[in-house]
Amino acid sequence: MSVWEIFFGNNRYQYMLEGLKFSLLVTAFAAVIGIIIGLVVALLRITEFKPFKFLKEKKYLGRLADFNPFSFVATIYVDIIRGTPSVVQLMIMHTVIFGSVKNVPKLVVAGLAFGINSGAYVAEIIRAGIQGLDKGQMEAARSLGMSYSMAMYYIIIPQAIKNILPALVSEFIILLKETSIVGFIGGMDLLRSANIIISQTYRAFEPLMAVALIYLILTGIFTKIMRIVERRMRVSD
Amino acid sequence: MIEVKNLYKSFGEIEVLKGIDEHIMKEEVVVIIGPSGSGKSTFLRCINLMEQPTQGTIKIDGVDITSPKTNINQVRQKVGMVFQQFNLFPHMNVMDNITLAPMKLKGLTKNEAEEVAYTLLDKVGLREKAMEYPNKLSGGQKQRIAIARALAMNPEIMLFDEPTSALDPEMVKEVLEVIRELANEGMTMMIVTHEMGFAKEVGTRLLFMDEGKIIERGNPKEVFANPQEERTRIFLSKVL
Repeated sequence: MSVWEIFFGNNRYQYMLEGLKFSLLVTAFAAVIGIIIGLVVALLRITEFKPFKFLKEKKYLGRLADFNPFSFVATIYVDIIRGTPSVVQLMIMHTVIFGSVKNVPKLVVAGLAFGINSGAYVAEIIRAGIQGLDKGQMEAARSLGMSYSMAMYYIIIPQAIKNILPALVSEFIILLKETSIVGFIGGMDLLRSANIIISQTYRAFEPLMAVALIYLILTGIFTKIMRIVERRMRVSD
Repeated sequence: MIEVKNLYKSFGEIEVLKGIDEHIMKEEVVVIIGPSGSGKSTFLRCINLMEQPTQGTIKIDGVDITSPKTNINQVRQKVGMVFQQFNLFPHMNVMDNITLAPMKLKGLTKNEAEEVAYTLLDKVGLREKAMEYPNKLSGGQKQRIAIARALAMNPEIMLFDEPTSALDPEMVKEVLEVIRELANEGMTMMIVTHEMGFAKEVGTRLLFMDEGKIIERGNPKEVFANPQEERTRIFLSKVL
């Protein structure tokens, strides 16, 4: 069987196009959710919200004074997500959370699962990007009379973005590759489409190589964009 | 102009300032010396509330800045601060570093702010660096820009927190020169420093701090020549 026939006999390449579309859509969907969750969780983790401050002088309750419930909840979320395999999270989303709901598109289930997963990593990237800045920057801005939010907007965030963007792009490269496990819940992604072609043609090498190549090209494009962005931002360093 | 009463500051269990009373008049140049860990930087940082005092009051022009009702951002516009590590904003060029705060906080137009900035750059001798980014400047140049940035808000008081401690020796002079000029113009200043010669020459008054308290105060020349307290004597004998 020729390579041409493997992919174009019976219009089998259509499976791959469908798979590619699905993979990209899941990634995009998950990336949007991931960024939103990540931003919120990162902010929760860095807030100085200490509602029990007034207990400071109390003997036994005193240690509650430094307790930050926002940060606590956010940390638990990050720890759980990073401490469990994403396949398990995906399966839980599919069979437990959406288990009794009929006709939910696989795209939604997978997008949510990967989005919630990615959110934890994005949160850590954003938090590290902000907290990694020299605290003298915030002090200098405040010493000039700027409010906290002004200092954040003009001084901290522009510098943090520079730290965050490259790490964020690599997180999305990982996310894109990670979506190849949606076959576990029956999602028709790129890898699954290759499996269909394999079962029809009894040839494994070519379809799998094609999948690998497509992933390589996609991540290559991402990496290239990241390098250009990095170079643009290095002007002031 | 600055009235400090019974000032205490603790970081957790550690008490850094243990009751400071001090009255600083307009146009005074107060130099603060003392061993490291004596609380001199913390004292300075309390004056513009970079550190929140644990106890006590600080009044600037009669306004109690430690009161929760005081708008701290407005107070800070009147009290400029220069840091040991310069803390220039690395993502902005020199001009933007200087003009950002006057434009956003005082409503100056870009032209007005740049005019102010050029006047100040002339003062610190760095007009030609206006379009450079901070990473292209030497330590001494960075610190002079940081001084210009603080002056751009037209403050009534300037605080210097060890302004030359992070500099290579050959750059100390150019920074001290700028501070000396400010002193000659009558700026009210508080300077935490390890430059004893400079303290003696420029200071109108000297505070010696140790273990969170002001141990001795007086005319710098007199204190250096004839310290009254044993601890001052020991400290000076080590650094002079």
